Amino acid sequence: MSVRHALLAFLSEAPKYGLQLRQEFEEGTGEVWPLNVGQVYTTLQRLERDELIESDDRGEEAGPQKVFHITEAGRKELDTWLSTPSDMTEPPRDELVIKVLAALHVPGVSVHDVIQVHRRYLVELMQQWTRLKEDEADFDLTFALVVDAELFRLDSVVRWLDAADGRLKRAALEAPSAKPGPLIRRRLVARR
Amino acid sequence: MSYLQLRQVSKSYGAGATEVHALSNINLAVERGSLVAVMGPSGSGKSTLLTIVGSLEEPTSGEVVIDGVALSSMSRNDKARLRRRTVGYVFQDFNLLAGLTAGENVSLPLELDGISAKKAHLAGIAALEELGLADRATHYPDELSGGERQRVAIARAIVGERTLLLADEPSGALDSTNAEAVMRMVLVACHRGVAAVVVTHDAQLASWADRVVFIRDGKIVDQTVPPPSLESLITDLPAPSPRR
Repeated sequence: MSVRHALLAFLSEAPKYGLQLRQEFEEGTGEVWPLNVGQVYTTLQRLERDELIESDDRGEEAGPQKVFHITEAGRKELDTWLSTPSDMTEPPRDELVIKVLAALHVPGVSVHDVIQVHRRYLVELMQQWTRLKEDEADFDLTFALVVDAELFRLDSVVRWLDAADGRLKRAALEAPSAKPGPLIRRRLVARR
Repeated sequence: MSYLQLRQVSKSYGAGATEVHALSNINLAVERGSLVAVMGPSGSGKSTLLTIVGSLEEPTSGEVVIDGVALSSMSRNDKARLRRRTVGYVFQDFNLLAGLTAGENVSLPLELDGISAKKAHLAGIAALEELGLADRATHYPDELSGGERQRVAIARAIVGERTLLLADEPSGALDSTNAEAVMRMVLVACHRGVAAVVVTHDAQLASWADRVVFIRDGKIVDQTVPPPSLESLITDLPAPSPRR
């Protein structure tokens, strides 16, 4: 989450005070990402240093009475950020993926049981988020969007667990197991 | 006693070397007003479980008890009455009759049960109203969106005094917004006391349930702990914690 760019987005609507920006950031992100005042003012100082925003210059430090404006360079930076896809080319080193791969090598451990423990935990988390959505989402669009994002993220992990479960089950029936060819492995290694 | 109970329910097809165990020793209890999701991959036995609960198939062994009455003790006529009056089904592909309006589709089960057309019509409208679909009563299925069709199917499943809702992948091919609308409808039914069982492979759909039961190879292997109250959620959610 880029606090820097989120603050630029809120300033693109109108000039604002620091405390006002903090409040709008929290409300505008479904109140899921708390932000402390120090973080807001540090970020604002850096934005000002980079000439992406300006403040009413009364010769004072960034403080509650200071109004911030976005500059032309700030608008360009915001446009570029919004229209540039985040870098997702590198697969993250996901601990759950590593855990499942590791479980395959541990004698006496059922990888299907490992998968189920995590599947249940993820579905329980999803139940909690869905409960919140059920009660709140009709009244709070921003919150609903944030909860949806979390539900889809958790759902994608459950889907991977389901796929892994099915693939491992099939592989056990089709022994000897097919190992990735050298070319595919080289490519995977090259991407790391 | 729970409204719906499955006690050691097993179902096998074939015999000898070709025998397939679709369900093995399933124990499950569902209370009135609660929604239970049965989650598992294709071929795990979850649809078989639903057809047995709905008395469309008989278990090889074990007992299904609905409202204190064992299905095995019922005559064929009793079971037919149970399917007409107590159990509502929702399928993935809606199964609405194309030549009937939404209102007629919903009231049809009551008419088939011998209720006068007028009374059935009023009950049908009431069910549609309850689900916010009153303005669609005179529309034919091909004039409704996929999401609306499925919501009409839910109205049909809960019309009259039905108290057990059985749904097989009810969000089917619907997008997530419509799937959510469908699950909200199921919850509306639960809030008025219906016991609901939804079978699905979809975790998002299952997450609407009070309890999720995991089924693998015909066996219940695990289940979620019922979600805690909203108040404790606010403090217990993992980081990043929503600050409500």
